[in-house]
Amino acid sequence: MAVPVAFFAVFFAYPVAAIVARGLKVGGQWQFGRIAEVVGQSDVRHVLWFTTWQALASTALTLLIALPGAYVFARFEFRGKQILRAVVTVPFVLPTVVVGTAFLALLGRGGLLDEMWGVRLDTTVWAILLAHVFFNYAVVVRTVGGLWSQLDPRQEEAARMLGASRWTAWRTVTLPALGPAVAAASLMVFLFTFTSFGVVQILGGPAYSTLEVEIYRQTAQLLDLSTAAVLTIVQFAAVGAILAVHAWTVRRRESVLKLVDASVVARRPRGAGQWSLLGGVMVTIAVLILLPLGVLIERSLSGPDGYGFTYYKELTSAEGGAFLVPPIEAVWNSLQYALAATAIALAIGGLAAAALTRKAGRLVRGFDALLMLPLGVSAVTVGFGFLITLDKPPLDLRSTWILVPLAQALVGVPFVVRTMLPVLRAVDGRLREAAAVLGASPLRAWREVDLPMVRRALLIAAGFAFAVSLGEFGATVFIARPDNPTLPVAVARLLGRAGELNYGQAMALSTILMVVCAVSLLLLERLRTDRTTGEF
Amino acid sequence: MNSVSTTKKITLTAVAVSVGLVALSACGGSSDSGDKADSKSVTLVTHDSFNVSKDVLKAFEKSSGYKVDVLKDGDAGAAVNKAILSKDNPQGDVFFGVDNTLLSRALDNGLFQSYEAKGSDQIASQFRVDQGKHRVTPVDSGDICVNYDKKYFADKKLAPPESFADLTKPAYKDLLVTENASTSSPGLGFLLGTAAQYGDDGWQGYWKKLKDNGVKVVDGWEQAYNEEFSGSAGGKKAKGDRPLVVSYASSPPVEVRYAKPQPKEAPTGVATGTCFRQVEYAGLLGNAQNEKGGKALLDFLISAEFQEDMPLNMFVNPVREGSKLPELFTEHGVSVDKPETMAPKKIADNREQWVKSWTSLVLK
Repeated sequence: MAVPVAFFAVFFAYPVAAIVARGLKVGGQWQFGRIAEVVGQSDVRHVLWFTTWQALASTALTLLIALPGAYVFARFEFRGKQILRAVVTVPFVLPTVVVGTAFLALLGRGGLLDEMWGVRLDTTVWAILLAHVFFNYAVVVRTVGGLWSQLDPRQEEAARMLGASRWTAWRTVTLPALGPAVAAASLMVFLFTFTSFGVVQILGGPAYSTLEVEIYRQTAQLLDLSTAAVLTIVQFAAVGAILAVHAWTVRRRESVLKLVDASVVARRPRGAGQWSLLGGVMVTIAVLILLPLGVLIERSLSGPDGYGFTYYKELTSAEGGAFLVPPIEAVWNSLQYALAATAIALAIGGLAAAALTRKAGRLVRGFDALLMLPLGVSAVTVGFGFLITLDKPPLDLRSTWILVPLAQALVGVPFVVRTMLPVLRAVDGRLREAAAVLGASPLRAWREVDLPMVRRALLIAAGFAFAVSLGEFGATVFIARPDNPTLPVAVARLLGRAGELNYGQAMALSTILMVVCAVSLLLLERLRTDRTTGEF
Repeated sequence: MNSVSTTKKITLTAVAVSVGLVALSACGGSSDSGDKADSKSVTLVTHDSFNVSKDVLKAFEKSSGYKVDVLKDGDAGAAVNKAILSKDNPQGDVFFGVDNTLLSRALDNGLFQSYEAKGSDQIASQFRVDQGKHRVTPVDSGDICVNYDKKYFADKKLAPPESFADLTKPAYKDLLVTENASTSSPGLGFLLGTAAQYGDDGWQGYWKKLKDNGVKVVDGWEQAYNEEFSGSAGGKKAKGDRPLVVSYASSPPVEVRYAKPQPKEAPTGVATGTCFRQVEYAGLLGNAQNEKGGKALLDFLISAEFQEDMPLNMFVNPVREGSKLPELFTEHGVSVDKPETMAPKKIADNREQWVKSWTSLVLK
């Protein structure tokens, strides 16, 4: 426990506290009056209001669209299910710049909708909401669907046998069992959309701004550190509250449920109703997830003289002027960074999960929730915090490459903990004892008993941490050295420059990123076991 | 007891795996780590738009003996702010790209140390500021002006607008697209231009009229120029429908240079009565590691070679008197005789308040 605590203290709490203090401490005096002052401003309240209601609307819409999907993935057996489950998860780990770009290509001027019906949704709330659904579909499908697939359907059948209508049976048996999972998924979606940055910045236009976007604007554009600090505190408080509720629902979910093997429950759909439900979900996935991803690929291939690999070839040349190195090197940079970030996240997250398994009690549960905080704290704040704190000995890291993986690991750790915890908690100590009784050395007992159980979870955690690190943008954009851009940073840089060639290269790089994410997720799907009911 | 040993072992695995991975990635990663600047190399921190011809830079490296590392650090505003935040331990030796709208912020925060570059006496006097202290050196200037789509106005047999006042006339209703003054530097420049023209009390009234006349505001220059504006190559492709856009006086030559085949005449023109002058400065960073190299680099930035190389790379005007302008510039560009200007101090004092009132006036 000491190592993860120290890690978070040095690489999270300290930089964030330092940047907040820089904003709120003027001449050695804390200016807490600024808090009330800033929150009292009408435009800040406007931002707060928009942040909250778009997050609520996004969450509601995501639930509405994704719950049928969760049911289908949980209860039905159909061809290509594994691949599809990986595909719907791709958006979740894609960087927001890429998602924003995909939606702009779909909904913006000259986009697909514009060309077909003259409908343009960019700079409207709809574009933001749809992009949020695209992003978080997998959260609901995995969290709710994971549990749903293991609920024993015989309980509901029993209720019906006793005379309950189909609806009553579902409402009184299945719904209460699913409730906590739905609540947990909603809170995660709410958390992600509440702190939305890239999507809102690209699709929102000047009229819409979330807290996170406003923090970025105040810090990077206006250098108004005191306003930024207050907004960071406000967001911190909000996220803290969300996480507290989340921790509480997770605990409730851990109450006893009769779970069965998912493969027993899932079966081929029967009857017109079930087939049309399956069909409906497939259409939703096709329109909402495959279409934006497809548009990215299409744009990356559509060169000045028809379809081809022009933009991909162009990635290997440094002539474009956007970078000093060929953009393709960003791929290699990203892979290295993500690999290192994964290693760090595994070490820290693994230690934390182990500590959380061993200990129980209020304090530990609090720590559990704290580990999630990096997901909700402004990446810009973390990035700027790194910039001003990690620049002197003994922690003079600013010009070293390790800074980027460290920042990326911060968002990777929560995923590692969430994946490892349920599995670690499930290892039965008696198995080990039995092995010892039969004469196995401790090492052998560990190798034969623990390792096989933990190995998969470890690999899955590694895969998630890897994919998330690969896509991390907010903090990386501040600390990545300009001569060593990562993939998402390179995409953003290319999008910020005029000219067809730059745009095409951005699309090509996005596609490469997407493929790398998809491949790592597909590998995960193969490793997925029915034991793992981790949250992601 | 048992569970303790389990977790220990899990810990061990985790640590072993990660040590291996870190070692693995370190092999590849170490080669590109940013090593501390030795005296043979000098680092220029700048914004994303910086560009210089390879041979010009090579020639400087050869004659001075320094290797130049260019660190492009985001858009102009973010680059300046990052430089200010990290000034105690800067990322490089020279910063280039702080313009007159941000100059006071940089100077007030003590970003630069004093150095009078060799050749400063060649800089046109109108660009010189901070004369007593020589903390910054002007490097280039450019004008933010409304551009128009020549074809649109020819087809409509309508004279393009010339002044700020023209833009509020009914003939130009719903034609202009500009950028958000709080997030875009041409957007801010246009706002400052109107404030210079109509004064502290008059500009708000002007913008009310502009709003009533259907001005459209988008977040950045990219979107305004390449998507909404009907005159640019990008805008034509995206079916932009606004024939007036806030851009630069140097945008028409850009349209010529990056077209295939190059047209005889630029497809866009400049409304010369709507211009605001932007000047970009460079300076030696306060705690530069390589002061000597930094000074040489500053001398280079105002040398005739660099000044004459700039126009076609960054599409800005040299500040050095007697610099030869490329033909493309003299033929397709316009020279703006009387741009609006404003002292950096005045900009610093008012910018925040103006942008705030502009936002609530125009965006809400």
